[in-house]
Amino acid sequence: MFRFILRRLLETIPVLFVLATVTFFMLRLVPGGPFTAEKAVSKEIMKNLEAHYGLDKPLLTQYGAYLWDITPKRFEPWRLADGPDFDTKADFDLKGSFGVDLGPSFKYPSRTVNEIIADKLPASLELGLLALSVALAIGVPLGVIAAMKRNTGIDYAASTFAMVGICVPTFVMGPLFVLFFSLKLGWFSASGWYFASDRVLPAATLGLVYAAYIARLTRGGMLEVLNQDFIRTARAKGASETRIVLKHALRGGLLPVVTFLGPAIAGIISGSFVIETIFQIPGLGREFVTSAFNRDYTLVSGTVLLYAVLIIALNLLVDVIQVWLNPRLKFD
Amino acid sequence: MRLPSLVLVLVSVLLLAGCSRSGAPAAAAAKILAYGNGAEPEDLDPHIVTGVSENNIITALFEGLVNYHPSGEGISPGVAESWETAPDGLTWTFHLRSTARWSNGEPVTSRDFLRSYQRILTPTMAAKYARNLFHVVGAEDFNSGKITDFAATGFSAPDAHTLVLHLNHPVPYLLELLKHYSWFPVHLPTIEKFGPADRKGNAWTRAGNLVGNGPFQLESWLPNQKITVTRSPTYWNAPAVKLDGIAFYAIDSIDAEERMFRGGQLDVTSTIPTSKIDEYRSKSPGLMRIDPYYGTYFYRLNTTRPPLNDARVRRALALSFDREAIIKTILRAGQTAAYNITPAYAGFTPDTELKSDLIEARRLLAEAGFPEGKGMRPIELLYNTSEGHKQIAEAIQQMWRTNLGIDISLRNEEWKVYLDSQHNLNFDISRAAWIGDYPNPETFLDLWITDGGNNDTGYANPAYDHLLATALATAGAAERLAVYRQMENLIVRDVPVIPVYFYKRVFLINPRVQNWVPNILDNRGWQYIDISPAPPDGAAKTKT
Repeated sequence: MFRFILRRLLETIPVLFVLATVTFFMLRLVPGGPFTAEKAVSKEIMKNLEAHYGLDKPLLTQYGAYLWDITPKRFEPWRLADGPDFDTKADFDLKGSFGVDLGPSFKYPSRTVNEIIADKLPASLELGLLALSVALAIGVPLGVIAAMKRNTGIDYAASTFAMVGICVPTFVMGPLFVLFFSLKLGWFSASGWYFASDRVLPAATLGLVYAAYIARLTRGGMLEVLNQDFIRTARAKGASETRIVLKHALRGGLLPVVTFLGPAIAGIISGSFVIETIFQIPGLGREFVTSAFNRDYTLVSGTVLLYAVLIIALNLLVDVIQVWLNPRLKFD
Repeated sequence: MRLPSLVLVLVSVLLLAGCSRSGAPAAAAAKILAYGNGAEPEDLDPHIVTGVSENNIITALFEGLVNYHPSGEGISPGVAESWETAPDGLTWTFHLRSTARWSNGEPVTSRDFLRSYQRILTPTMAAKYARNLFHVVGAEDFNSGKITDFAATGFSAPDAHTLVLHLNHPVPYLLELLKHYSWFPVHLPTIEKFGPADRKGNAWTRAGNLVGNGPFQLESWLPNQKITVTRSPTYWNAPAVKLDGIAFYAIDSIDAEERMFRGGQLDVTSTIPTSKIDEYRSKSPGLMRIDPYYGTYFYRLNTTRPPLNDARVRRALALSFDREAIIKTILRAGQTAAYNITPAYAGFTPDTELKSDLIEARRLLAEAGFPEGKGMRPIELLYNTSEGHKQIAEAIQQMWRTNLGIDISLRNEEWKVYLDSQHNLNFDISRAAWIGDYPNPETFLDLWITDGGNNDTGYANPAYDHLLATALATAGAAERLAVYRQMENLIVRDVPVIPVYFYKRVFLINPRVQNWVPNILDNRGWQYIDISPAPPDGAAKTKT
């Protein structure tokens, strides 16, 4: 297992290198730059601006300097929580712990990309984890019950819920929730990320979509397992239905869900741009998208690399969990 | 098998999070204005930023030599309590009040202003608004590095409370310019504490670091959420400040902003979705305000490309679409149809107009060799991706096709790509807009000089350039207006741009907000704004 993980980690190095390179050059090929603005500035000022950010140097020199800056130079993850960020509350110090410097932001002249990520990642993570909890808490039981009561009214109701959840986009569901729970009932704020109660609607909106997927996958996985021989054996031995489901069937029935969760978690963190916009949540999803519009070269590269690392790490985790859940798989 | 218990833990965490409404604001009687401020500010350094949302916050945190008038038009004294101009209009002397203080208690002196002007003009700052100071002798040369001795420029401070500006040419509206934040003083010792003062990337503007001299001081900055300012006890006119604080909410979705207003989270919004205008107008007109705004929506024409290099073709296009219909059916807020480029304000009214005239338009087109549009290549209309711009473009496309027989195709581009295309004259017709920087026609008319940085039409007319030079050398305001009218006449004759409409500022405002007076540049004297005593709980919520 150790060799498996080590090999997978080593494989990520060329992946990240190619990603950093492609992002770096693609950004510079796109028309318009970080200082393209509606109001023109004089040539002298433009030259000084470019000099400040090192954009006046040859492209390959810039590229080399950037690669060196983002290369980890030490491994002290315990210092991750040390460094100051914008409001010195939540900390995520890439420079102090790994020596990774993602550079200054072009759009926000007094902030660094490290600071912006440290500042915005916690909100996205919090939203993602809460939404995931909602998704699992609703999706798994719903899928199990649907499988156990196959082809009954309960099953159809659960399937209907799943279809609706998958079909209705978040940008419809979110405003509808706000309209009803905030503006009509007055239970929650319409937007914002200030109080614990502000988490409920965004987490529910994002979580329900994933709950729907998880319910379908759980139902399918459970149906497959419940038809297998070892379940029949358990029944023959007189095990109670609850024990059969929780002790024997669920472990195998959840396999498709676990496979789905790896990319889903990465997506739930990075893909929450819509939710973050509807509810005005200060998360990384918005920075990720708007930085591209702003041609904030360093911020685009920084968020792309961060998501790449997240996706790779989560996929690795999923692979490990799958082996643990499925005795027929081995680390190889 | 531990997954179910993990799920249980997560669910209970979520339930707990949902139930505890911790940190709810205390029902204090503090008068805090909640303002929807649009985009997240790039920074709060008056010498670096360029945007509207930054302007709103900076005018609360800093004060220049003069300030806004409570009526929304004209000047009130700021740090300067009095000033005088030499008869030639070239020398301005400002007398600073001795009671002006920074938020750390230190006095605001003329030396602070000098050092601030030196800072914004220092080449390494690469300040985009440095050009605002180019009216002063030597400022442009200092900014481009031609001179390095700041003492050789026209800024001087004979004593701690006197500031003198020597100008290159008379600027009758100088006081209006001084209200812009590029002229505001900053506290250099504070900036130097956090890094080099003449470089970007300095952390002095963060909450806890920033020292200002305005009616409010920086309390907290939650990026992409809100910036809170509270009344400054050191402000020279602190007793006159009415609000206890302002919360500037960074909101990048106008639909979310409208929902927040409806939910009672905002007192004033930055704008309103066009689709909601009719609803508010019919159901709660008391919540919606439509104020004049110093901006023009227009189409740039590429005067270097045939057939648009022919002024008759350009004029034919300008005369042959129905602006009123566009305002009525698409814009909906009672905007003013624009038949010339400069809004009528500050004493300016145009002599001539581009009134719709189909017969004349068809005649011009035939004269140019395209009777009923025959023989003309398809013309492309460029706009930046946005539903609003698309609707207007489609309407005009249809009208030109029907009225002139011209084939128009539409091309939309993402904002920065569009700016790049427009600046490189890679278009036939391009949607554009201009919001005045100061209340004077010059802010619109200096766009069209030959090779001007914002010209982007290829229009080059020596007579026009000469008129601008004449205006700049004229000291009398009335004589200047006459020159501006001649310039406007040239634009209406040569049509490098087709004006479409003059902007209105449409926004939502809670009736408890007092003294929110219309201002053509949408600038606020925040110290004048008030909130009437809090209505009973919940009454602030507005339902539509």
